[in-house]
Amino acid sequence: MTEYARIKPPLGHDNAWWWEMADKGKLGIQRCLGCKTLRHPPRPMCGECRSMEWDAVESSGRGVICSYTILTHPKFPGYEYPLIIILVDLEEGTRMTSQLVDCQPDEVDFDLPVEMVIHEDPDGFRLPVFRLRSAD
Amino acid sequence: MPVSLKNEAAIAGIGVTEFTKNSGVSELSLAAQCVVAACDDAGVDPGDIDGLVSFTLDSTDEIELARAVGAGDLTFYSKINYGGGAAVGTIAQAAMAVATGQASNVVCYRAMNGRSGKRMGQGISGDIISSDIIHWSWYMAYGMLNPGSWIAMIANKYMHKYGVTREDLGRVAISQRTHALRNPRAFGYGKPLSMEQYLEAPVIAHPLCLFDFCQETDGGCAILVTSVERALELKQKPAVIRGVTQASTRGQEQMTSFYREELESLPEMELAAARVYAMAGLGPDDIDAACLYDAFTSEIIMQLESFGFCGRGEGKDMVRDGALDIDGRLPNNTHGGLISEAYIHGINNIAEGVRLIRGESTGQPSKAVEHVLVSSGVGVPTGAMILGQA
Ligand SMILES: [Zn+2]
Repeated sequence: MTEYARIKPPLGHDNAWWWEMADKGKLGIQRCLGCKTLRHPPRPMCGECRSMEWDAVESSGRGVICSYTILTHPKFPGYEYPLIIILVDLEEGTRMTSQLVDCQPDEVDFDLPVEMVIHEDPDGFRLPVFRLRSAD
Repeated sequence: MPVSLKNEAAIAGIGVTEFTKNSGVSELSLAAQCVVAACDDAGVDPGDIDGLVSFTLDSTDEIELARAVGAGDLTFYSKINYGGGAAVGTIAQAAMAVATGQASNVVCYRAMNGRSGKRMGQGISGDIISSDIIHWSWYMAYGMLNPGSWIAMIANKYMHKYGVTREDLGRVAISQRTHALRNPRAFGYGKPLSMEQYLEAPVIAHPLCLFDFCQETDGGCAILVTSVERALELKQKPAVIRGVTQASTRGQEQMTSFYREELESLPEMELAAARVYAMAGLGPDDIDAACLYDAFTSEIIMQLESFGFCGRGEGKDMVRDGALDIDGRLPNNTHGGLISEAYIHGINNIAEGVRLIRGESTGQPSKAVEHVLVSSGVGVPTGAMILGQA
């Protein structure tokens, strides 16, 4: 299949594992084995204790919207507009950048609860995105 | 005793090319033109240039430029990273070189076909996996491909917390456009902007519309730095560097410092503020005018708080009081800034700071201007500078 136009992340030592988890339908968070601090985006060393030992925990995928923007112009191939981009504060305490799907632009707001779903492009590339969920 | 850069160097010359949307010449040509113009302004022979500083984003290497303008022996050259965050950083490099004897006549330059050539924010991709490419990929994969999208995320949060409205952003855009109406170099010359026009413009990256964005420009701008003693013997009234610093803080990313606890402030700009005020022995009350980096209108309001001109959340009140206008508390970007003069990555804002010290701005306030504050790019590793009278 021809590659879909979305700009793909280059996969290196420090990030490939996260995208491999996403490909398996999981939202990963890096955890320092020295001091148990969670961190995102991933880095090879813990900025708290300088340990280079880490593993990954699977996030519940639940969080709330910290901030958002709605992109309308310019329109790049590989993305659907209006494109709602969100910062999500995950239950585990880390924050990540993602997309809000199944939502009209006038429905998005600060502090709304969201949950992770896996989006799959026509070429099979998978990435974690979010949709609104009802409050707990 | 640490060496302070206070009063160790001065800006003796500024040079600009014409600002257009299609220069029809190479970036090297633009660089050579503005560097020679800065030398002519100062009364320095280009053959006496012995130091050159630019941006890592600039396509013109120092030695290409040196050959083009017939510079002599170079003993200092460097390039600063992080886009517009480099602007004042180039002057910091030049001032250090002058203060330590590494060079005597250092020219800082930025020349770009920013509209007709490679435009900013057209996405980044590459085959080499560097930590920088991986950084951008966290955003590119989701469609955040340009500065407007990255800045909008912070602006939206900031505006939500403090009740900043689109009209407030519009006031910044209109203030700077009004300055540009007096400046024949400016994109905004002869193009007044009303609040109705502002509010009717389509939103590009919520909450930012077209008029919140800076220009895309073909052009070049150069700044000649030398010792205060030498500057006093040259053609122009010197703009003395009272304080200058670079600044990057914990959790800093390039444009996307989204993972700090608080998103509604600019810690790197607060660090820059603390350092330049301490170096200069001055405070916000001593600053008469400013050229705050303005790739986006929201950045101006946030910086009023970072530099202590008002408290947190009060930037909008200053703007509503007309503080940025020619007769206001802090006339800002009196040439029109990056939004309404030209986008030369902030170097043209430094040039305007020098004009304000000389008393030669097309938007010169009627009050005396003793000190001007100039800042580098917002949302990136940045810097700030205070210029003063000799
Ligand atoms: Zn640790």
